[in-house]
Amino acid sequence: MAAKSIISRPVYGTLSPQPGKHHLFIADAEGALAIADLAAKAPADFFGGAHIIFIPGRDSKYADVLEALKPAQFYLGHSFASALPRLKQTLANAHMGLRLYLAGTEGLIGQAMQAALEAGIDHTSIQTEHRGSLARRMQCVHCKGITENVTTQPATCSHCGLLLLVRDHYSRRLAAFQGVCINAEDRSEIPPTEEVFR
Amino acid sequence: MSTGTTKLDVIVSDVVPVNELVTRFHFRRRDGELLPTFSGGAHVVVEMRDGERTRLNPYSLMGSPLDTREYTISVRRDDAGRGGSLFMHRQVRPGTEMVVSYPVNLFSLDLRARKHLMLAGGIGITPFMAQTAQLAAEGGNFELHYTCRTASLGTYADLLKERYDRRVRLYHDDRDERVDLDRLLSSQPLGTHLYVCGPSGMIGWVRERAAALGWPPETVHFEHFAAPQPGAPFDVTLALSDKTISVDEQQSLLEAIEAAGVDPPYLCRGGVCGQCETNVISHDGKFIHNDHWLSEEDHRSGCKIMPCVSRFEGRSLVLER
Amino acid sequence: MGITFRKETFRDDFTFRNSPEHIRRFPFPFHEDSYMYAVNIEPHVVGPKGSVLQNLIDVDEHYVAEMQDRALVLAEDPLRCQSLPHMTLAGWDLLELLMEQQALAYPEHFTLARDGDRWRWINRPLGIDDSFTFGDVSTLPYGPMEYITRQSQGDFCILDQRDGNLWMDAGMVTTQADWSLDFDIGMNFFEWHAPVPLAHEKGIFVRALKFLTNIQQGKPARRLNWTMTINPRLDTSPENYHKWGPDRATVTPENVGDKVHLRVELQSFWRLPRSNAIVFPIRCYLIKMDELVMQPKWARRLHRVIRDLPEELATYKGLTRYRATLVEWLSKLDDGSATSPGFGPD
Repeated sequence: MAAKSIISRPVYGTLSPQPGKHHLFIADAEGALAIADLAAKAPADFFGGAHIIFIPGRDSKYADVLEALKPAQFYLGHSFASALPRLKQTLANAHMGLRLYLAGTEGLIGQAMQAALEAGIDHTSIQTEHRGSLARRMQCVHCKGITENVTTQPATCSHCGLLLLVRDHYSRRLAAFQGVCINAEDRSEIPPTEEVFR
Repeated sequence: MSTGTTKLDVIVSDVVPVNELVTRFHFRRRDGELLPTFSGGAHVVVEMRDGERTRLNPYSLMGSPLDTREYTISVRRDDAGRGGSLFMHRQVRPGTEMVVSYPVNLFSLDLRARKHLMLAGGIGITPFMAQTAQLAAEGGNFELHYTCRTASLGTYADLLKERYDRRVRLYHDDRDERVDLDRLLSSQPLGTHLYVCGPSGMIGWVRERAAALGWPPETVHFEHFAAPQPGAPFDVTLALSDKTISVDEQQSLLEAIEAAGVDPPYLCRGGVCGQCETNVISHDGKFIHNDHWLSEEDHRSGCKIMPCVSRFEGRSLVLER
Repeated sequence: MGITFRKETFRDDFTFRNSPEHIRRFPFPFHEDSYMYAVNIEPHVVGPKGSVLQNLIDVDEHYVAEMQDRALVLAEDPLRCQSLPHMTLAGWDLLELLMEQQALAYPEHFTLARDGDRWRWINRPLGIDDSFTFGDVSTLPYGPMEYITRQSQGDFCILDQRDGNLWMDAGMVTTQADWSLDFDIGMNFFEWHAPVPLAHEKGIFVRALKFLTNIQQGKPARRLNWTMTINPRLDTSPENYHKWGPDRATVTPENVGDKVHLRVELQSFWRLPRSNAIVFPIRCYLIKMDELVMQPKWARRLHRVIRDLPEELATYKGLTRYRATLVEWLSKLDDGSATSPGFGPD
């Protein structure tokens, strides 16, 4: 990660149990371990009012760790997209007092937060913890297309093909970092590509 | 970079007794023009010229923000207060010329809310009069829970019931009716915002229960004007203006500073907006902090005071004013 | 007598020019021979006759051409005008403010007739005469913010005030200096300013926010900001950076005077009455070097400012590629003599 970043770059914390009766967790891959760490600090009946949506990813690890917490509801999804209808339905029927916890990759945290914002939850009330890959979701400011899992600097837009500088400037509404053409002033200038978001 | 509000020259167009404690005052502009538009929850600071003394008290605007021909405020008589409400009740008549500030809103609706849940206690109903009128005109989703001592002291309860029917629930202390707060707070849809205005005990109770039940602080709004309290007289040195002044029993420190010709910025005069925050250069005595602006730490440090509502007891106080 | 509106373009053949009167009234932003960020906010009160501050909402000879350019931008990219759902009321507030101010200052061009909530708005330069119901979106061809900002010079951001912060929740932004409304909408004051170098460290934004959240109705404030643009192009958006960016490589010693433009933003801040939001009009003024250096004091001062600008700021403002050429060109107009204090020409 860049040593010095900017204020719009999201800052992730460490999950901690919040007051409230209902707790909704959304996590992918190593994010499960953040939930397990929270469980160690949580009151005894905490997971009795919890709903966990987990997307294990390729390795299919950690599902058993979460099931062992005995949440009231547990769901294993193949991808964030397949979990989204369930998440939207849960949020639409929820009451004030529901607390949201997001853990795992930046892409997962960003997209789940996007759904929560649309449901009327303020981003400051959402607990987040980053675990796993630093690959970025990037929006091309020129064509507006989103490129998933960007690991290089610069990166090529998967939609319009422009070579983009991946900025730290981040939009919660779009759940994406901003990509801006890196050689707009002189297209013949091609900087070296480095793998930086791992 | 000075802040503060513009003044409006108004004339009292009507004075209407509402019940044994509350009287309503209507103001129009002296030049016959429309008053500035305002938003539900806004207040004005009313200047009361009572002989030698000038008091400035904030009151919530309670009319509809859609009607700017007049401003209306409701004043509850406080027999033990510093005399502002008594002045309004006893000396202000239709035709009295007065000065009020431009409206300022420190208790604004969060218009993102899917639903607005309002809790009022006693005279704390006034900002909700304007907010419900504003929301009703836009088809906004709101629900008002209003607690009063007795039916006869339920200021505007009948009017609200008539306007909004089931969206208004009344609770009377003398009939032991009490809002089932935990149940109410647990049954609100996601995206609801909570607004509370009333006695400080009620505000504290509602905030505490909301936090315990998982309501994020951004969704809980409260109006907490502390009226300046009377107290023992004390002397103050204003270091920058090189003046020593006396604050009498019925005067606030801010009013005494203003009477000496020094004008700190202000908006609320109720200890919440932070504008008149003043540094203490030295003191020998005890502060009586009544504000909701400074932190506990600030209060303990003895380095700051909010002169609009706080007082001092002791031998000497020197302020950076 | 009214304003004579110029027929001109801000793209393709770039026929934009300032008349001699407009060169004299240009809001030159440097009051001394160097530049650094400061919280340079002051009350937005009426200024001298013949200045851009003669009216609080300024309409000038470029009005019609700018509105035509805005319409072209919006046709290409409707995302330049957005309003989050809770901001409609603030849009009505803005509509009222701009109609009232423009009708008051330029009665020969604009007329507003109000009868309760039945309003009639006449905009003669653009040939508009609409009757509508204030507060009823179904009676206007666009939402209230879009409707009135298609008829008002400058970009407009509407900031919702919540939790002690300001949130960029609506805007009409077609003439921006390289920031994207579509990306920044919904951000708070610190987040959308995040890319600005140096100012965060200096605590500029903390103090500015404190001031802005306390702005009161009837007491607007203002500040000036500046950058430079190659060609008189209004749409220098990041969206189109790959299209206008190459212009920066076209500056030569021969064409500096014609191509390089100083771009000054007169930003003002107003409390809106019904919504309690803040509107932030960003009024953009362009002047080419050939026009600017007709004031010898401005030529000398601009030379010193650009020459001594900290590297981070030059990079942020996008001057890097042509800064040396510009400084060399300006240096010939700087005899080293003193400049008088203040903004105005000598």
